[in-house]
Amino acid sequence: MAAINLLSTRGLSKNYAGLQAVHNVDFDLPEGQVRALIGPNGAGKTTFVGMLSGRIASSSGSVLFNNKDITQLPAHKRMSMGMAYTFQITSVFSKLNVHENVALAARRVVDGNNAAVNRRVSEVLEKVHLSDRHDQIAGDLSYGHQRLLEIGMGLAQTPRLFILDEPTQGLAESEIDDFIDLIAELSAQTTILLIEHNMDVVMRTAHYITVLNFGEVLDEGTPEEIRASESVQSAYLGKR
Amino acid sequence: MSSALRNFILHILVLAVLVVLFFTVSEYHSGNLARIMVLAVYAMGYNLLFGYKGLLSLGHALFFASGMYGLGLAMEHLGTSAALAMLIGLVSAFVVSAVIGFLALRTSGVAFMIVTLMFAQAGYLTILLAGKYTRGDEGFGIPQADRAIAGIDLSQSDNRYFAALILFAVCFLFIGWLVQTRFGKTLVAIRENPERARMLGYDIQKHKLIAVIISGTLAGAAGAGYALLFGYAGATFATVQYSIYPLLWVLLGGAGTTIGPLIGTIFMTYLIDISSEYTSAYMLIAGLALILLTLFAPHGLAGVVRKKLLPWLP
Repeated sequence: MAAINLLSTRGLSKNYAGLQAVHNVDFDLPEGQVRALIGPNGAGKTTFVGMLSGRIASSSGSVLFNNKDITQLPAHKRMSMGMAYTFQITSVFSKLNVHENVALAARRVVDGNNAAVNRRVSEVLEKVHLSDRHDQIAGDLSYGHQRLLEIGMGLAQTPRLFILDEPTQGLAESEIDDFIDLIAELSAQTTILLIEHNMDVVMRTAHYITVLNFGEVLDEGTPEEIRASESVQSAYLGKR
Repeated sequence: MSSALRNFILHILVLAVLVVLFFTVSEYHSGNLARIMVLAVYAMGYNLLFGYKGLLSLGHALFFASGMYGLGLAMEHLGTSAALAMLIGLVSAFVVSAVIGFLALRTSGVAFMIVTLMFAQAGYLTILLAGKYTRGDEGFGIPQADRAIAGIDLSQSDNRYFAALILFAVCFLFIGWLVQTRFGKTLVAIRENPERARMLGYDIQKHKLIAVIISGTLAGAAGAGYALLFGYAGATFATVQYSIYPLLWVLLGGAGTTIGPLIGTIFMTYLIDISSEYTSAYMLIAGLALILLTLFAPHGLAGVVRKKLLPWLP
């Protein structure tokens, strides 16, 4: 693939008081790809993504986004450069209504008046199937709807890179099918990095998969390659 | 009706009621109301930081006193006109809140309360130490003849009422406008879920600092207005007590509502005024009222109205 890398890391590491959560990771994500990041619990996925988004400071190594070294930038600056991030544990503004939640995300990127923001909010809520719930308080939504709302907040930022930390966790089967459709639709417009436990979702959405184990890259490849990889199978399923 | 228009009408109605009150109540009460309106400006400034931003400061008396002494000292020692002194008061509060905000915002939560409290104590002690200029606890009066802007004598009670009303109206409409802007809505978002706001790309520290500066400058406007209209500047206004007052007013009236600070200031002032006619233990009654309100109306009086009657209350 000759595509330009939107995001790269070189030698990225994180130590927690002697424990190496992430060790020396070189990672390249080409623009336009849907990449899944998988690995057993405790493999360092969330720590790794935290260092990409700026929530966690790295111990060493570098992060490049859009050919700029962002290793030292605080999270909000990275977001304003075109990243969006959804939390592993749903995090919305639970006392504000659905409309305002998305508007807060949209206002940062939509120039101009309230009408332009409102248009953007309506578009996004349409996409995540929440358009009949503008005025509902976010905290009153069902869990699945809150997840969708959070994805909507990410969409509203029209990100170049959309990082989703376990987005299908706790969703019902039918909601997961909708989510897979949504990812397919989004992949035409944005680059996606997906941390996911649900292998069905991974195999159906990802173009390419990176497997982390004990804080290091264990393997990388297409879904077919990863499915066939013996090292991945042994890491996941235990040695046969 | 759009929410912006509805809010504007509500704010104008409140101001209209204050105009009508002047013509209907006795001079004693209109004098009280003038004082209340100035102190409500202080409470509104406090409310921006506490109610909308969720930052609890225990040092706002420093900002109030910065405005008060900025104006008072300029008039007393430099002989500046009242209008220029008012401006000096505002600039003093602006500078002091910018510096304190920059330093204190390195902390949050309980540490922020303690740091602001300590800075305010340091400010209070500085006023005492500089007794040669400030006359310390005793304070100094501002001569009646100097308390005039554009030839209008502000020591005269009618003029004073309307000067207080104008100061209040400007700040009240400003806050009403501010909380509807992107900036105001972002403050609420940061209060509700700072980490989510940060991960939407908002610079939390910058928003906090701006909120402290606006809040402190409004407190300073109240301090300068108080000195000008009531002709006195004293160190009492820099004590911890004066840092606690706006917190109480805002809690009673309703934190995070534009009208709450006014309601809280009126309520508390009259509670003390009326109860002190009957007993010298009037603070006991004030304390009891606070406990009851905290138990049964934790969102304050305006908070109850918002919850039960008018969910759109700004």
